[in-house]
Amino acid sequence: MEKTNVPLLEMKNVSKSFFGNQVLQDINFKLEAGQVLGLVGENGAGKSTLMKILFGMNVIKETGGYGGDILINGKKVVFETPFDALEAGIGMVHQEFSLIPGFTATENILLNREPQKKSVLSEVFGERLNTLDRKDMDERADGSIDKLGVHIDKELVVNHMPVGHKQFTEIARELSKDNMNILILDEPTAVLTEKEADALLESIRGMAKRGIAVIFITHRLQEILSVCDKVLVMRDGVIVKDTPAADTNVQEITRWMVGRSISGNPSKAAVATAEKERGKVIMSISRLWVDMPGETVRDVSLEVYEGEILGIGGLAGQGKLGIPNGIMGLYEAGGKVVFDGREIALNNPRKCLDSQLAFVSEDRRGVGLLLDESLEWNVSFPAMQIQNKFLKPYLGGLVKWRDEKAIEEVTNKYIKALQIKCTSSKQPAKELSGGNQQKICLAKAFALEPRFLFVSEPTRGIDVGAKSLVLDALKQFNRESGVTVVMISSELEELRSTCDRIAIVSGGKISGILPAVSASEDFGNLMVSNVR
Amino acid sequence: MSELVRSSGNPLMDKIRVFAKSFGLPRLIIAGFLLLLFIMAPFVGANFFTQLSNTINRFSWNAVLVLSMVPMIHSGCGLNFGLPLGIIAGLLGGTIAIELGAVGAGSFWVAVLLATPFAVVFGMVYGFLLNKIKGGEMMIATYVGFSAVSLMCIMWLLLPYHSPNMVWGYAGTGLRTTISLEGYYLKALAGFLAINIGHLSIPVGSLLFFALLAFAMWAFLHTKTGTAMTAVGSNPEFAKAAGINIDKVRLLSVIMSTWLGAVGILVYEQGFGFIQLYMAPFNMALPAVSAILIGGASVNKASIMNVIIGTFLFQGIVTMTPTVMNSMIHMDMSEVIRVIASNGMIIYALTRKSEVSR
Repeated sequence: MEKTNVPLLEMKNVSKSFFGNQVLQDINFKLEAGQVLGLVGENGAGKSTLMKILFGMNVIKETGGYGGDILINGKKVVFETPFDALEAGIGMVHQEFSLIPGFTATENILLNREPQKKSVLSEVFGERLNTLDRKDMDERADGSIDKLGVHIDKELVVNHMPVGHKQFTEIARELSKDNMNILILDEPTAVLTEKEADALLESIRGMAKRGIAVIFITHRLQEILSVCDKVLVMRDGVIVKDTPAADTNVQEITRWMVGRSISGNPSKAAVATAEKERGKVIMSISRLWVDMPGETVRDVSLEVYEGEILGIGGLAGQGKLGIPNGIMGLYEAGGKVVFDGREIALNNPRKCLDSQLAFVSEDRRGVGLLLDESLEWNVSFPAMQIQNKFLKPYLGGLVKWRDEKAIEEVTNKYIKALQIKCTSSKQPAKELSGGNQQKICLAKAFALEPRFLFVSEPTRGIDVGAKSLVLDALKQFNRESGVTVVMISSELEELRSTCDRIAIVSGGKISGILPAVSASEDFGNLMVSNVR
Repeated sequence: MSELVRSSGNPLMDKIRVFAKSFGLPRLIIAGFLLLLFIMAPFVGANFFTQLSNTINRFSWNAVLVLSMVPMIHSGCGLNFGLPLGIIAGLLGGTIAIELGAVGAGSFWVAVLLATPFAVVFGMVYGFLLNKIKGGEMMIATYVGFSAVSLMCIMWLLLPYHSPNMVWGYAGTGLRTTISLEGYYLKALAGFLAINIGHLSIPVGSLLFFALLAFAMWAFLHTKTGTAMTAVGSNPEFAKAAGINIDKVRLLSVIMSTWLGAVGILVYEQGFGFIQLYMAPFNMALPAVSAILIGGASVNKASIMNVIIGTFLFQGIVTMTPTVMNSMIHMDMSEVIRVIASNGMIIYALTRKSEVSR
């Protein structure tokens, strides 16, 4: 292919923040026609946001737009809606299918762009009564399926197709657009079998030969190496590496993905505790399964020592979140969990809470907070319900009312201790920022004075400053109250700087437990060991 | 934050806006309209004190029915469109009390006692059903009310009532559509400490009884269980994670609502003077729902203040509009106007239905 000086797609200093939370910063890259670009990074690294910007998704505009420039063929473009992006020749295949189940492959591929025939009726009443040119449709569908280089039955109705064919239909739809020259594939192989994935990779190569530039997002690093010309590694909203795929390997990419060059070493405290002798086993989990949609736990056995901070890491969807949710009874679970010598009944949140376990959910807004109620309610509620705290007897113990004064006191104590920014303890929780909401969730758990605390994704969606505050609060709570903490997080660095040991979950199982001082690559290898 | 009041630069305007926001603009408009009606009343020949008495009386009849919305709203079961079920429990209590020969003001308390087991059983069945269909409560509740009313239409005819005051005169069986409470619990509450000065009459007893129930409700919402109820309505997932048995709390709230509905209809009857059977319970749910919505409640939040303000505004408009309009156009259209006004209020109230944030 003839090289010109102007790249097909170029991003210059692209940045994006959501409500003051910087998620993308200083994104610069170029993409030539016919190139395949592999985009990798941990969950939350900013890949999806970047693609949303490129595709002009509404959510970007609604949250204040983005900074920097996008250039296509050297010309600056601003996409207000996905339609603008489509017009400029960008196609996107999303993780979720957007096909009409009752239509055939052909109909889906050419939906709303069908070639039409004029008829007597349409001559009289206008274009909207044109009939579909079925023959031409078939030909065009064939053409785009050919371009894809796989065989799918174009007459088959979508809901009868295997998952892989649905994926191919989606891609064929994008390919059938004549002006399409940049194709974004967001984890297209996640739902495919190995053979289908190979076919897809083959067709990506074919597309590239035809001069289509492909942006390929995946967690399967091997695929990146086999099909891409260039690898872009993202971490925490910046591009940490932009390298030809031929010059690198899986280990290296993993290290770039998870490692953090500036703070690659775990905290001193972690090193110290790793060396000190372990306490007794306070919780032993054996053969746990949890039916949590998207985070299925298949077979987890794990021992937690008293007084430690255990980290649980792993890629999204591998089941790490299922572990605390299952043990705390929020999702259907089975197996055996023994806490402090007594077996805990699963599927019964109350029993866990009575045994002085506490849980800070990753779903802050859904499970963690009473958004419409005051901070006081949020902090005191579980302690009141489970331990009868903050209740004051009246009429000689006949009725017990909320002790508003005690509630206000304890809330203010935690507002001060965790530096929660709010107007008063009476403010509704929904008005707080993400970081402060997270602190309220922690305060709620602290108010229970538990012996064992699960913290799930404590820093998800909060800014850097709040992150360190939240993590410090956890560490302090662990040290001063001797509470055993199990922290689940997608961010390995965070685990390494906070925890004593880190268990990595992959494919619903524990793929290994390492001291926090181990090298990032080792964790990275465990993460991808049995991804399904 | 779209909810923040935008500053206009004018401090007075800002103050008015903040007030309008906290009290609710719709309520201000309705209150203004009601005030206008009261001012207009003397000019069109209606006595101001008579009108005020009418409004207060209707308030005293309906307030408990509106209060019965509160527990289910708090527990997240939504607006109690199944109120007819509670009303039927009350009607059973009332008719059985008369059948058993209870007379005078005391028969009211007998009726309440007799209605209670019915209300509890109905509430348990109804609550059990609502726990099965979380998320679609209000639609199902509506039809629970409808079918209960229809079933009872048959039962009122078949049940072995014999009291000559209640059964059809010519057949000797089957209850009449309207039963006078003369000699039974007519004004059982309203007559207690009643104030009658000229055209002004205030049913102090009824108001006190409502105040008592409202206080009990308020006190309940301050207890541990009451707090749990509010939390279940606000965010069931949160409550579940805090170890609350959601179904149990919801069941309790439905039983409470049903019982209050039963007591509510007895209070209504003692003021109104008649027991209305057959299709009458059918038309009781929507006014009560509308009143609490106009009072500022949302589908998941309601306070005692919402009940008081809402009942007063709703009943005020419904009482005043026909009188004033009638006097203005010198033609007896009061029933037509009453229906238009009350249904108009219902439509308006239902459009104000708002959900909590998630």
